Amino acid sequence: MTTPQLDIEGPGAPPRRNGELAFSEPWESRAFGLAVALDASGVIEWEAFRQQLIATIGVWEAAHIPDDESWSYWRCWQDALEQLLLDQGVIGDDDVDRRSEQLAARAPGHDHEHHHHHRHDH
Amino acid sequence: MSISERLPISMRTEALESILVERSLVDPKVMDAYIKMYESDVGPLNGAKVVAKAWVDPEFRERLLADGTAAVAELGFKGPQTEHLEVRENTGQVHNVVVCTLCSCYPWAVLGLPPSWYKDPAYRSRIVREPRAVLHEFGLELGADVEIRVADSVSECRYMILPQRPAGTEDLSEEELAALVTRDAMVGIATVAGPS
Repeated sequence: MTTPQLDIEGPGAPPRRNGELAFSEPWESRAFGLAVALDASGVIEWEAFRQQLIATIGVWEAAHIPDDESWSYWRCWQDALEQLLLDQGVIGDDDVDRRSEQLAARAPGHDHEHHHHHRHDH
Repeated sequence: MSISERLPISMRTEALESILVERSLVDPKVMDAYIKMYESDVGPLNGAKVVAKAWVDPEFRERLLADGTAAVAELGFKGPQTEHLEVRENTGQVHNVVVCTLCSCYPWAVLGLPPSWYKDPAYRSRIVREPRAVLHEFGLELGADVEIRVADSVSECRYMILPQRPAGTEDLSEEELAALVTRDAMVGIATVAGPS
């Protein structure tokens, strides 16, 4: 970048960040990163994702009042991404359900049958 | 959707990521890099630099208002969500405020990721119906003679506001001016205050 370096710290520091967290929970940032990375590698097209996001938000809004506390932008984002990948045949109908169940079964608190918990790394 | 409603959404995100990683469709390190970039590196400072330059350089201001995408690219700012950037200028007569009623589109490359209120259904619907009341709630009082225009990011367009340069800043450098510019002013829910 060729622009002049600004004073980043100090009282006159410009709004380097949004002044608040973009993500309130880690999964939100993963859902965000997934969509951006899939767009960058060409697995999805941004405009197709945007249209699916619009549709998903529209469905939520048709069923709720604007102030409804269950609103979650990133949930709509996750649902839209899943739906788009389903429609494109990238994932199958039950893929996410089944993997979610597997992950839930391994998570502490969900695991009642085994006495040792598996860690999953990726 | 029965399972999806029973399990926490975080588990679905993790499941989707693990499936796509397994199939080599996504690289977690690439995801990490994008998340870090938009969480900590790309933010409203970029837009503040654009605004300050437009205030001191009339020719750049012309280019910015004519073709936002090309003008901000001169400063090195580009990326997804900024391919069709349109910059609206606020004046003493017209005050523009940005919304995306459909899906919260936002010019990431110059403003970072949007704040939560920008994505809220209440902001997205109310700013269109009653902009003056919403701006009042944000603490912005505009004269009755000021026309309010709501720039709705339908289609592929993303908007950014070029706020009015505050009075008493004639002697400030471009860097000092950029330090005055806030994200809220570039979305249009605030004006830029002069140096304190």
